[in-house]
Amino acid sequence: MLDIIRKGVLRKGIVTSDYPQEGTPRYAARLGFPKLRTDLCKAHHVCFRSCPTNAIQEREGEIKVDLGLCIFCAQCARSCPEGAWTMSPEIELAKRSRSDLLSSSSIENKSIQELGKSLDAMIGKVFGRSLAIREVDTGSCNACEVEVNALSNAVHDIERFGMHIVASPRHADLLLVTGPVTRNMERALMQTYKATPEPKLVVAVGACACSGGIFRESYAVRGGVDRMLPVDVYIPGCPPRPEAMIYGLMLAVGKLNDKSR
Amino acid sequence: MTERRMIDILSSMPPELSEAVISRKVKGNEIWMEIPSSLLPPVASHIKNLWGAHLVTFHAVDNRALTGDFKLIVLMALSGEDDFVVLLTSVDPAFPQYPSLTPQIPCAEWYEREIMDLMGLRASGHPELKPLVLWDDWPEGIYPLRKDFDPAQIIPQEPHAYPYRRVEGSGVFEIPVGPVHAGVIEPGHFRFSVAGEPILNLEVRLGYVHRGVEKLSESTPYAKGVMLAERISGDNGFAHSLAYCQAVESLGGAQVPERALYLRTAYAELERIYNLLGDIGGIALDVAFNVAAQHAYILRERCMELNDFITGNRFLRGVNRLGGVWIDIPSDKISKILAQLVRFKLDIKEFSSLMLRSQSVLDRLETTGRIPLEVAKELELVGPVARASGLDRDVRRDHPYAAYRHLSFRVPLRREGDVNARLCVKLEELQESISLVEQALGSLPSGEITCSSFEVPEGRTAMSLVESPRGELVHWLISGKGGRPFRHKVRDASFHNWRAIEVAVQGEIVPDFPLINKSLNLSYAGNDL
Repeated sequence: MLDIIRKGVLRKGIVTSDYPQEGTPRYAARLGFPKLRTDLCKAHHVCFRSCPTNAIQEREGEIKVDLGLCIFCAQCARSCPEGAWTMSPEIELAKRSRSDLLSSSSIENKSIQELGKSLDAMIGKVFGRSLAIREVDTGSCNACEVEVNALSNAVHDIERFGMHIVASPRHADLLLVTGPVTRNMERALMQTYKATPEPKLVVAVGACACSGGIFRESYAVRGGVDRMLPVDVYIPGCPPRPEAMIYGLMLAVGKLNDKSR
Repeated sequence: MTERRMIDILSSMPPELSEAVISRKVKGNEIWMEIPSSLLPPVASHIKNLWGAHLVTFHAVDNRALTGDFKLIVLMALSGEDDFVVLLTSVDPAFPQYPSLTPQIPCAEWYEREIMDLMGLRASGHPELKPLVLWDDWPEGIYPLRKDFDPAQIIPQEPHAYPYRRVEGSGVFEIPVGPVHAGVIEPGHFRFSVAGEPILNLEVRLGYVHRGVEKLSESTPYAKGVMLAERISGDNGFAHSLAYCQAVESLGGAQVPERALYLRTAYAELERIYNLLGDIGGIALDVAFNVAAQHAYILRERCMELNDFITGNRFLRGVNRLGGVWIDIPSDKISKILAQLVRFKLDIKEFSSLMLRSQSVLDRLETTGRIPLEVAKELELVGPVARASGLDRDVRRDHPYAAYRHLSFRVPLRREGDVNARLCVKLEELQESISLVEQALGSLPSGEITCSSFEVPEGRTAMSLVESPRGELVHWLISGKGGRPFRHKVRDASFHNWRAIEVAVQGEIVPDFPLINKSLNLSYAGNDL
């Protein structure tokens, strides 16, 4: 027993990340939000053809990325002969409405410090109350599940924000839905939603849940979660990193305060 | 060599079988034999029994537009050498039936249910021909993999009950579990029949994650198919995309540069390392040994951070490309990776002793969820699950790909077939995988990391086997028009291994089910496609 404590606690030290206070470790190669430098773009539209989910769209003469469809594969950046696309390290991309996910390069994301501060305030506001999360897989490839599981490991540890994953929708405040809604999971999703008490939140995790993602044109798939249920927060990514999910959950928590007021 | 083997196989058959072979040829290391569908069961079981072959995949192709019939393809791997047998047979669209292989080859059972669901060909003599991946409200007569199926059509819902196997008797009751589970796992339904604590029967109902991957792939150009393959089973995404790339490269006759082969090997093993750590952590968690579980999860997180450091993605997505890889590893990164791996080795050694020294843990693991060798053979199990039951199969050694033929590694083997054996196999494989990454990165040849772009001619066939963290998986491709596959068959490791769980839990108590399930680590998404 002593041996276990010595090995488990004393030798490992603190492994939990400082996110969001300290931001995330950033590597040069990290594949986050795809940004277009309009000054370099010569409108070859090579990126349009190389995108596997048609996430790059032209709206009102402007080239935009639908982050709800984007699978962050970097094909746009790799195929552009002008090098106009870069994969920025931004991962805090969650939004409260589907239309907000359509971003052009001109939208400036908040700096990480600002985000950290506003999140700090938000955590302060909700600390002390807990958020019970129920995860529902409606046809995901299981990568989102790996990251949702990582939320409760010692490194990401969402319990430090008063959040925990519960075993039943009847105990949940929030449904974390992953995967395009398959025809076979439609009924189970609706029953799970019905079993969740009010007030409740629905968070769509990953490109599949946001829009159907790479599977949206299949006969076996109904499409994004918002086809069936009102979605409160969309978290883009394929899969979103644990930090991106924490950010999205924080956004949702803010919304829960609005709802219960 | 393969030619010689074909003649040996043909001469070993009784005359009524060998004389009925319509045509035969050798293509690379594949022996192709066209036979009438009535002889499919005897020929397949002859090759299985006399030549120690095992079923790799069994699927149908809608060839009506080209040759006016459906084709059935049975792929078997011969033991010993790196050779395969492909049995090809024709099914008349006017009479869409063929004799079932299941009585002779039990592993074919799910394949035949899948062929019925998606292609509408009936296996006569099948013991339990009911839906596998299509849901209960799917109408009869609509088969998604047929070429005349329109994916845009609205499919009516016709509810009907799924015929579960029933166990009857006094004191017997049923426990339905799922599809939404208590843990954060994929959806599937388990129907237990129990008398008190012991499980009398378990029936697994899957198909909830069926996304129509194979049909979708037929309209996806090869370059984008790599991204689709990465998303077949997320945590085995690199293995799937590797198998897909290898199959397309073989269709187009592309020569992948040496450096890319070594890099692919290193990436494939990095994927195995984080998967194995997840499995081991799960086993620790399910015996309520939380300290060990958290240790494993911390190690897993570090592995995923290492993946992120190397490639920018925690799951190694966006790494594979047709003809090579996108991401090189420069020498300054290699030294950092190697230093990290040395730390991993020490941590894993410490973790193993923590895990295997505790009596109360061993008490839960030993003799639990036993899969005897005979069952493993009958169901053609693959990967660490098979190796824990004494079935010595590993694609990396038996059918080498990437750079495995140049590297040295051991294939750990156990005979007990219980949860403990699976844990031990995985712990040992972890060490081998780290050593493989070290070897691959230590002897990385210089040069390009991708070949020049290549065309894929129409009407060719290619297959590729890869040892994913869960075991042998196969991608089978027939090239079609417009740079897209005509038929893409995917068979994940879990498609074989799922059936083991029904055997492994018999006589065990319900609370041990999560532990047994975790030790098998089955992919729902990979199975349902």
